Amino acid sequence: MKELLESWGRLSKTKTETISGMWIQDNFPMMSTSQSLLPYGLGRSYGDSCLNEGNILFNTKKLNHFISFDSSAGSIRCEAGVTFDQILQLIIPHGWFLPTTPGTKYITVGGAIANDVHGKNHHKTGSFGNSVSSFELLRSDGSRFECSRTRNSEWFNATIGGLGLTGIITWVEFKLRKIKSAYIDVVSTKFSGINEFFDLNDDADKQYEHTVAWIDCLAKGPSLGRGIFIAGNHSDKRSLRIHPGAKFSITLDFPNFMLNSLSISSFNFAYYYKQLKKQKSSLSHYNSFFYPLDSLGGWNRIYGSRGFYQYQSVIPMHNGKAATQEMLRLISKSGQASFLAVLKTFGDMPRLGMLSFPRRGVTLALDFPNNGLATQKLFSELDCIVRESGGVLYPAKDARMSALDFTSFYPQYLSFQKYKDPRISSSFWRRVTNI
Amino acid sequence: MKFKSIVIFGASSAIAQEVARQATSNETHFILVGRDEHKLSVVASDLKSRGAAAIRVVSGDLINFSEIKALVDVLWNDLDYIDFVLIAHGSLPDQVRCETDMDYACSQLEINFISSALIAQLAANRLKLQGSGTLAVISSVAGDRGRQSLYLYGAAKAGLSTFLEGLRHRMYGTGVKVLTIKPGLVDTPMTAHLKKGPLVSSPKVIAHDILKAMVSSKDVVYTPWFWHWIMLIIRSIPRCLFYKTKL
Repeated sequence: MKELLESWGRLSKTKTETISGMWIQDNFPMMSTSQSLLPYGLGRSYGDSCLNEGNILFNTKKLNHFISFDSSAGSIRCEAGVTFDQILQLIIPHGWFLPTTPGTKYITVGGAIANDVHGKNHHKTGSFGNSVSSFELLRSDGSRFECSRTRNSEWFNATIGGLGLTGIITWVEFKLRKIKSAYIDVVSTKFSGINEFFDLNDDADKQYEHTVAWIDCLAKGPSLGRGIFIAGNHSDKRSLRIHPGAKFSITLDFPNFMLNSLSISSFNFAYYYKQLKKQKSSLSHYNSFFYPLDSLGGWNRIYGSRGFYQYQSVIPMHNGKAATQEMLRLISKSGQASFLAVLKTFGDMPRLGMLSFPRRGVTLALDFPNNGLATQKLFSELDCIVRESGGVLYPAKDARMSALDFTSFYPQYLSFQKYKDPRISSSFWRRVTNI
Repeated sequence: MKFKSIVIFGASSAIAQEVARQATSNETHFILVGRDEHKLSVVASDLKSRGAAAIRVVSGDLINFSEIKALVDVLWNDLDYIDFVLIAHGSLPDQVRCETDMDYACSQLEINFISSALIAQLAANRLKLQGSGTLAVISSVAGDRGRQSLYLYGAAKAGLSTFLEGLRHRMYGTGVKVLTIKPGLVDTPMTAHLKKGPLVSSPKVIAHDILKAMVSSKDVVYTPWFWHWIMLIIRSIPRCLFYKTKL
């Protein structure tokens, strides 16, 4: 059956043949030899890495069973379609939290491995792959095997960050983080520019498990690079209360003109000046600390029917300050940025995945409404900076990097080819490898 | 309300799984009955991970009518008191095939009517001996009016609803509650091949309604609620107009 399964950026609107995964013991789906398959979770990748135009998507939403939960050791095994949302509901009352989490809980564990997702605690814990103990891979040749650091370890490394291309991940086992409370002690500090960000960050990364900064990318001149630095530690105050369900949902596209440089700069201005004091301490529930946008279901529709891009890069530490400053200058000059600009430094935990994105350096992520050529022109300029400073772009966010850039950012793709399942592919993969 | 011992027939169905998940507490004992042992074990470890106190899996052929009675006896030997029985197995037949393939049509009537009705009867007999408990059976809105596109299934579910109406009458005053559940179109593996419109509901919503109805005074529940009104309209369309539709 053909369905419209979108990616989060909503740039592509073509219907794709979908097959639903039903039971974990089922075989690799039967399909015609001319078509390829791609596992699809909740479609939170922004570009086309979760799409498979003209081919088949394998929807994993019904592979949503827990297999085991050891509430004394803090270890969980579940099917690949189980979401972070479901996991939190189960583990929070037992005093456990996810080892790391991106800015939404509406992702599947299969997707968390495929994109080797990271969070605000990368400098302490690494990416999701660092906490994975083992998983099972189902290949199109009918084989099925467990992968871990000691068993089939080369498959383990290829599949973490492997964009779902090495086989269908059927189940995953990973370690949890012990907590005493569902709340986070948060300190927010205003900073006036990039230099100050780096000063704050150096101290905070030692003291705080979670750090991230929001940047006003529309501020110009002397205000350029101003923002709010947010740092937090799991609290021991209050209870182990789980999050409520989403209250609001946007089901219709906003008109395309709603988000323009005026409305966005007003938002950013208000956000920056909402906090009057230089520094503010507060107690925040994990749901509002990690997932502020989840309470607004379907927020991607505010960008209208034209869709939007996200651009996320990581630049090695030694070039980080200069490159970030230059990127912010270009973005500010273009006036195209939106309110969701995030700056963070990644730590030096070992990078397990062959194609994993997170690595020691400075990462900048922000949304851009799809303004056609003007947006593409800005991206080309940003690409130059990323290239020249030895950085890379994040496939899970990407809808437009060139094949040349991908192959130079991820030279490991050549050795990865050996592990890619011949019957699995994606729109992204065909685009960046020209196959 | 917490249920302490729950028996589910057709426990690997999507709706049954959701009911079980939502009813799970650390005091819940489950007996999961169904045909496929592997699927039942997937459901069992899911419920165990979610904190259920104990789970037993019983696999059996629910259309082997000579075995059904022994099967039900086993359940009550296992637990001396059962407070909630859910009958959730069923199959959505290919109507066109039912029109010419009589063996197929017969097996569809067996699974959707005879099996559910007989199990309901046996379970009600046991609940009556206990003097309490709730029996919930999943019927369908399709039983409310025969229509060309699905009348064999509709007839089986109409038969089931009528059977339950009589069973409820018989159980009146015994302390046993008999609940008829009539879901509309639900997004489950059973309906995976059908086109989905705006009226389709998730098994989660259906399960929530079932558990709510368990503790209410209702005997027959449409889920989600709007199917009550849709079926009221469909039942009242005059034949001369109804036959012109493609329904």
